[in-house]
Amino acid sequence: MPVPDRFEFFVDPARCIGCQACIQACTECDTHRGQAMIQLDVLDREGSTQTVPVVCMHCDSPTCAEVCPADAIKRTEDGVVQTARKPRCIACNNCVLACPFGIPKMHSGMGLMMKCDMCYDRTSVGLKPMCASVCPSQALAFGTREEMARLRPDARPVNAFRFGQQTVRTKVNLMVPASAPDAVVDVTAAMFEPGVGHDMLEDVFDEPAEGREA
Amino acid sequence: MSSGTARSAPGLEPDRAAAAPDGRAMADQPKWRRDFPIDAGQDDYVSRRELVKFLVLTSGAFAAGQLWLVLKSYFELSFTGAPAAAVAAVDELPVGGAKTFEYPAGSPPRLLIRTGPASFVAYDQQCTHLLCPVVPVVDQGRLHCPCHNGWFDLATGQPVAGPPRRPLPRVTLEVRGPTVYATGVEVSPS
Repeated sequence: MPVPDRFEFFVDPARCIGCQACIQACTECDTHRGQAMIQLDVLDREGSTQTVPVVCMHCDSPTCAEVCPADAIKRTEDGVVQTARKPRCIACNNCVLACPFGIPKMHSGMGLMMKCDMCYDRTSVGLKPMCASVCPSQALAFGTREEMARLRPDARPVNAFRFGQQTVRTKVNLMVPASAPDAVVDVTAAMFEPGVGHDMLEDVFDEPAEGREA
Repeated sequence: MSSGTARSAPGLEPDRAAAAPDGRAMADQPKWRRDFPIDAGQDDYVSRRELVKFLVLTSGAFAAGQLWLVLKSYFELSFTGAPAAAVAAVDELPVGGAKTFEYPAGSPPRLLIRTGPASFVAYDQQCTHLLCPVVPVVDQGRLHCPCHNGWFDLATGQPVAGPPRRPLPRVTLEVRGPTVYATGVEVSPS
């Protein structure tokens, strides 16, 4: 049974308070008990308390599935990219390296890639994903587009992300300020933009800046 | 397979399942992409044409195999006996004794058995079950295959016990004076 079309996943990092309730909830799932399929990224531990919950964005043309040599990653008709099929996955790590969002994780002890499948057992019967049902600030929200427009008039959903020349469209939406001009989140440009986080590429390639040395 | 249009941001194309990254239609994609679709429905899908092709080819292969077996047994049956060949001297074997011979030359080994002062029988030495050599047990009037404990009747070559289901091919014999001649091979069709 597919996930109903009217329900969509909205991620709003600005609302994330870093409580890790999503990680706990995800860990309790019976299909991957003890392993969270959601990640909580700390953007700049030194300069900010900002955290970002990262779930699988469920791309329209999923790069993980494109690079899978074992034909193990499949996308169901509702646009959910499922976790690797156990009999097919050869634990080659290609999807882990290829995903632009860094979602798939290799569980080498099991020889299996596992990733967020938007709690397919729940969403396909009309329930919310576990993380969205526990998130106290609703940084992870699962509902209809009208509901989101009514509850969050200052934000609007975007589901296109630009990585260099490639635009990746996803099933999961990212909430951006309503005043943001673009319909696309330019991820690579944001890497060079100090205002977004910090200039991480300069950290990597340039001389250490004054005052940042430990 | 078409999904709703509501999930795209304004101004973007509606979502298409199994869209290739270059955005071209699936018919324009290379064959490997059509053979290994990312879409779960297409991955599980077996087209009617593929199913029919599979059924026709496999059942055709079975039918051809059966036909080959029929033709093979037909041609083996229609084997006409070679000219009579001397196999042994009558005095050569004691009663109950046996010797192997080839008739015609180059054949699988045959077994000549003297069952009485004036009576001889000859069969293929190969058991009709799995081609093990059979051993005559003349005092019981039977032939024994020790591999799987198969038994044949000494007088007729018919299987009497064990796994063999077909009789041993029989070599017809003729005693002309002091010499035993083989004159032909009888293969039972059953």
